[in-house]
Amino acid sequence: MEQYYQKEIETASREQLKAWQDERLVRQVRHVWDNVPYYRKKMEEKGLTPEDIKSTGDLHKLPFLSKADLREAYPYGLLATPLEDCVRIQSTSGTTGKRVVAFYTQADIDIWEDCCARAICAVGGTKKDVCQVSYGYGLFTGGPGLNGGSHKVGCLTIPTSSGNTERQIMFIRDLSATILCCTPSYAAYIGETMKSMGLGPDDIPLKAGIFGAEAWSEEMRRDIEATMGIKAYDIYGLTEISGPGVAFECSAQSGMHINEDHFIAEIIDPDTGEVLPEGTQGELVFSSITKTAFPLLRYRTRDITTLTREPCPCGRTHVKMTKPRGRTDDMLIIRGVNVFPSQIETVLLNHGYAANYQIVVDRVHNTDTLDIQVEMTPEMFTDNLGEISQRQEALVGGLRSMLGLAAKVTLVEPKTIARSEGKAVRVVDKRKI
Amino acid sequence: MAIKQISVFLENKPGTLLKMTGVLAENKIDMRALSLAETKDFGIVRLIVDDVYTASTVLKDKNFISILTDVVGVLIPDEPGGLDKVLRVLAGANINVEYMYAFLGGRNIHRACMIFRVGDARAAENALGTWGIKILSQDEIASF
Repeated sequence: MEQYYQKEIETASREQLKAWQDERLVRQVRHVWDNVPYYRKKMEEKGLTPEDIKSTGDLHKLPFLSKADLREAYPYGLLATPLEDCVRIQSTSGTTGKRVVAFYTQADIDIWEDCCARAICAVGGTKKDVCQVSYGYGLFTGGPGLNGGSHKVGCLTIPTSSGNTERQIMFIRDLSATILCCTPSYAAYIGETMKSMGLGPDDIPLKAGIFGAEAWSEEMRRDIEATMGIKAYDIYGLTEISGPGVAFECSAQSGMHINEDHFIAEIIDPDTGEVLPEGTQGELVFSSITKTAFPLLRYRTRDITTLTREPCPCGRTHVKMTKPRGRTDDMLIIRGVNVFPSQIETVLLNHGYAANYQIVVDRVHNTDTLDIQVEMTPEMFTDNLGEISQRQEALVGGLRSMLGLAAKVTLVEPKTIARSEGKAVRVVDKRKI
Repeated sequence: MAIKQISVFLENKPGTLLKMTGVLAENKIDMRALSLAETKDFGIVRLIVDDVYTASTVLKDKNFISILTDVVGVLIPDEPGGLDKVLRVLAGANINVEYMYAFLGGRNIHRACMIFRVGDARAAENALGTWGIKILSQDEIASF
């Protein structure tokens, strides 16, 4: 039996959703025009007034916002309500440059937490569940978002935040946590720690995990599911748009439903900015149409994904996005070839290695070098040097066919690549360009 | 009868071997024999120790990856032709030697021990035994 948090909204007809979006977009454009001089100026530069936006069909006329705009307008330039009406700020995790701050009114927090509550219900969560939130709390949206969603569903919430992994496992076991929320790399680390403590899937009561805030592969999903004996679900979000819960996976585990009553999604060509037809891969762009304090229109996420409106067996009608292949700024360009860390991870797991790796890019004599450091595992180790080398060569071959370029593989000792309690540092780029 | 060798994965860079010997020293493990096989980036250290169980446990606790491999320990007189005789027996029995290494003397300077990694340890022991060549047990190696 599929669980919903707001069934009427999550399963509304496409016509109803379109009607909500049209009305809310028109109102939001007016709100921004009236209150955000920064965006008004951008509209004026394009010769637009709020009257030009009559429905979602006119959305493509509006100017884009990018991370550069957010930095330029830092801290208050995109604020659309008086500061005294705001109750919270959150900030980006700063993995890709200067921090960005987002503001929330109480109503904005409620929207965000509703979205997270939908995600928890979609994995089967009810008030009878015990939900352990092992995302970081603080400026990062992961902890506060899922914490709020868990409260709304009525789960008993364990706010462990990240870190102290053995204690995490102790709480999971002692308090019978059934749902775990954290980054996928931390979930993998908790699983690894469980193993080293001699604990298997039957030793923990968890049934589901909600793992997001970084790109991860299907292979990693299967690994985590097997280690913990759970179903692992993806969740998507970004601080600029609200936080986790902008989109979430349902029981079908085949893409994430975007909460379209709050956020309108478009896919554009990242080079030309042109809107692409549904089903085409491109950069995801969001317009938040219900938030009041920090309402971004046509914000370029830099995430590469595809949208689909094919009917979902879960009954939800909201559009689904595929797992992002990575942010455009996670994407490495090596010898002119686009490389996503998630592709490398897929090959590693397919060859029997674990997802403990680091990608080191350098430039030697004007040529880019790609070195993938992979931890040796007990399963991949033998007393036979030739066999280890053969496996290493097979991995190099697998990487070459996946990436279309040669990579070096260095096998390193276990636990030598730093473990992450939040977002994993997968790439070390030493190129000085 | 075969004896247990501990094979440890190490990166080929300064200090890694030291890190491992440090763990063994702290735990008072006595190494009877040691051999290294390496590539440019990594290597395998193969050890014969006096206390296999403790050594593999403490190495695992310190995050080393190791496995146990069956090898054959053969006692040979430390004199010309000693090894030749043993290899003849193995070749005669059509047993392939993957690798081998020696340690001399121990507490008696007139003998040597060769460690053989072969495809079939039992067949090797039988063949050597037939020719009266002394095979060492785990206990004998520990106190060699």
